Amino acid sequence: MKRLVLAMGLIYTVALAGLIVANPVWAVQPDEVLDDPVLETRARELSKELRCLVCRNESIDESNADLARDLRLLLRERLVAGDSDEAAIAFIVDRYGEYVLLRPTTDGSNWLLWAAGPLMLLLAGGAGLGYLRGRERAPKSHEATLNAAEQERLRQILDE
Amino acid sequence: MITELGHFALILAFMVAVVQMVVPLIGAHKRWPGWMAVAEPAANAQFLLTAFAFGALAWAFITSDFSLRLVVLNSHSAKPMLYKISGTWGNHEGSMLLWVLIVTLFGAMAAWFGGGLPPTLKARVLSVQSAIAVAFFAFILFTSNPFLRLAVPPFDGQDLNPLLQDPGLAFHPPFLYLGYVGLSMAFSFAVAALIEGRIDAAWGRWVRPWTLAAWIFLTIGIALGSWWAYYELGWGGFWFWDPVENASFMPWLLAAALLHSAIVVEKREALKSWTILLAILAFGFSLIGTFIVRSGLLTSVHAFANDPERGIFILIILAVFTGGALTLFAMRAGAMEAKGVFGMISRESAVVTNNILLAVACFVVFTGTMWPLIAEMFFDRKLSVGPPFFNMAFTPFMVGLGLIMPVGAMLPWKRGRLGRAIWSLRYAFVLAVALGGMAWAMQTGRSMLGPVGLMLGSWMVFGALVDLWSRTGRSGGRLGRLLRLPRADWGKACAHAGLGITMFAIAGLTAWQQEDIRVVQMGEPFDVGAYTLTLQDVVQEEGPNYFVTAGAVTLAKDGREIAQMRPEKRQYPVARMPTTEAAIDYRFLRDVYVVLGDRQADGGWTMRTYVKPLTNWIWGGCLLMALGGALSLSDRRFRVAAGARRVAAQQVAAE
Repeated sequence: MKRLVLAMGLIYTVALAGLIVANPVWAVQPDEVLDDPVLETRARELSKELRCLVCRNESIDESNADLARDLRLLLRERLVAGDSDEAAIAFIVDRYGEYVLLRPTTDGSNWLLWAAGPLMLLLAGGAGLGYLRGRERAPKSHEATLNAAEQERLRQILDE
Repeated sequence: MITELGHFALILAFMVAVVQMVVPLIGAHKRWPGWMAVAEPAANAQFLLTAFAFGALAWAFITSDFSLRLVVLNSHSAKPMLYKISGTWGNHEGSMLLWVLIVTLFGAMAAWFGGGLPPTLKARVLSVQSAIAVAFFAFILFTSNPFLRLAVPPFDGQDLNPLLQDPGLAFHPPFLYLGYVGLSMAFSFAVAALIEGRIDAAWGRWVRPWTLAAWIFLTIGIALGSWWAYYELGWGGFWFWDPVENASFMPWLLAAALLHSAIVVEKREALKSWTILLAILAFGFSLIGTFIVRSGLLTSVHAFANDPERGIFILIILAVFTGGALTLFAMRAGAMEAKGVFGMISRESAVVTNNILLAVACFVVFTGTMWPLIAEMFFDRKLSVGPPFFNMAFTPFMVGLGLIMPVGAMLPWKRGRLGRAIWSLRYAFVLAVALGGMAWAMQTGRSMLGPVGLMLGSWMVFGALVDLWSRTGRSGGRLGRLLRLPRADWGKACAHAGLGITMFAIAGLTAWQQEDIRVVQMGEPFDVGAYTLTLQDVVQEEGPNYFVTAGAVTLAKDGREIAQMRPEKRQYPVARMPTTEAAIDYRFLRDVYVVLGDRQADGGWTMRTYVKPLTNWIWGGCLLMALGGALSLSDRRFRVAAGARRVAAQQVAAE
């Protein structure tokens, strides 16, 4: 296994759009790293989307648990065997359930999760627009009126 | 003995809180000055008693009194003094005591500084604040009593979780609680105003300093927690979208929305009911956060003990307070008629947009955090919602916020022209595009995230500067006027620029980070990015309450040594837990982050090295935001003291 390490002077750049990188100490071990940097980069990307099942909220890329290591190796095995990203993920989901996906799918009831933000934005935007319209058309005279008590208080404050 | 006195003081404080909850409220309703006046001494007494109880617990930790169950579970005689003290709140019971101490502190502060409030409002505020204290006193005394003794004290304690034995974490919870609980003041003001049936510009002015203070503390608390995670967890990550992190982030988002909308209430007497609703929700989310952390309902990295009984208790508190307040809100919504009239393009509408984006972003975080639970309960699906979801669903709102912020901040109150605001920002825009283009030209074949982040961040920073400059008027002597601008203007520019810097730093770090994992032989140099590292030696040593394996690494650039680094692995024998202490070479533009792994069969060591650009800027931006808040707060205080007259005069002049 050490040959993998020796074979590579691996300096690669993690340039991930929209992904916050979080790698723990024990996570990916040098002996797991694949020879092919393209495959390895794909494997790292995919690992970040898979949950370590025995951990609390960690991806297999971050986790130091044995199970996470097994999953990392399994994932790399699938990629080396020529699976596409989707096929490799599907392979793992078939065995471990959708619980392993850190990015939930959009099917079934999950559309609600994904649509929650945009729908709420539309709703809130509509309400906000309605409110602003109302403010724009509100009678102007209303604005500066203070009732008698308020005017008295204002006079007091100004006199102080 | 001191422990028993502390326990007694806590019970006494509970009694005082009950009195303070009931008597002033009736007094305010019946207009009995004597009954209303009870609130002030009661608030002081409550605070002093709770402080004494907290002091007694801290004393037990400092003296390692192992007849106390809590001390046994969370301390050890060999632990350094700082962590003996911070151990007081490094556990569920102690942190709840700290929480309620801060509730009473804010109550007492409202009593001290509330001289200008109408007596009925003040009595009601203190009464509502005390109601919150009552709930948490009861929670502590009945489900999480820190003062329980052991019949047979053990010889020594079981030590604090080693991850918590760290200066960053010693101060992270107090700040966070000051923030969470600071929002209870906004809540108390909102509920008191609802009971009073009167919300006006003055209310907006009173509630804003509290919100601002809470938001500052939350900002610092979150930044500290994130920094701690960065250097202590050895992952080099700074934000994990963990339920507990989200629990602190949601109130922060709402508090940010609230402190903007309170300005509109204060200056324009509009957005009243929305502001009240935000105040209720912001504290509601603080309670939800407490619930998430303490119930163990959602799995998280750093949850406290998972106890369903405690969870249910907090759920009841949550239901009573937010439910009650929202019911009151529904009943009184009619009393909150808006007065200000303004156009579709105006500062008011910009704040509305800001509030929509922040509130919806908070809603997205909330949905994502709760979804695993919802899916399991209603759809019978066991699934996870992790960072990939949050990054995708949350980020657009922040980008939108960043894009409109400079324009919104430039718009005048009442009615403005979009074209004019944008035109005055032309230099900021050109500069931002130029910087983004430069970053794009200098990098090859990498993601667009870095350049786009730089463009957005500098747009926000330069926009804030243009905004500040535009306040100095049109003719000569602008520089002098710049220095004499109200602190609130400086605060605004500071906080807005800080957000821009943080956004840019997150994008830059994410896009330009370099990582290296390898097995290193002693004395063999290797390159990571522009740097050359050499592992010189690995030594075994002993710390005060741990064993340590430390590497000696030299960091060189262009053949010149620039730093000696010492990554450590620690083993805490009592807690039987390892920790990693990454070695970090902090610099202005980048950190080099080195972690020592395991020894390999061939005598080499696993090492992880990261070159992390701009990490300091993330927290620098947060500090700038907090500083902006503080500047604004200091301006407020000035105005609250001398200011009623000036504000009234300004409003008249503005009409």
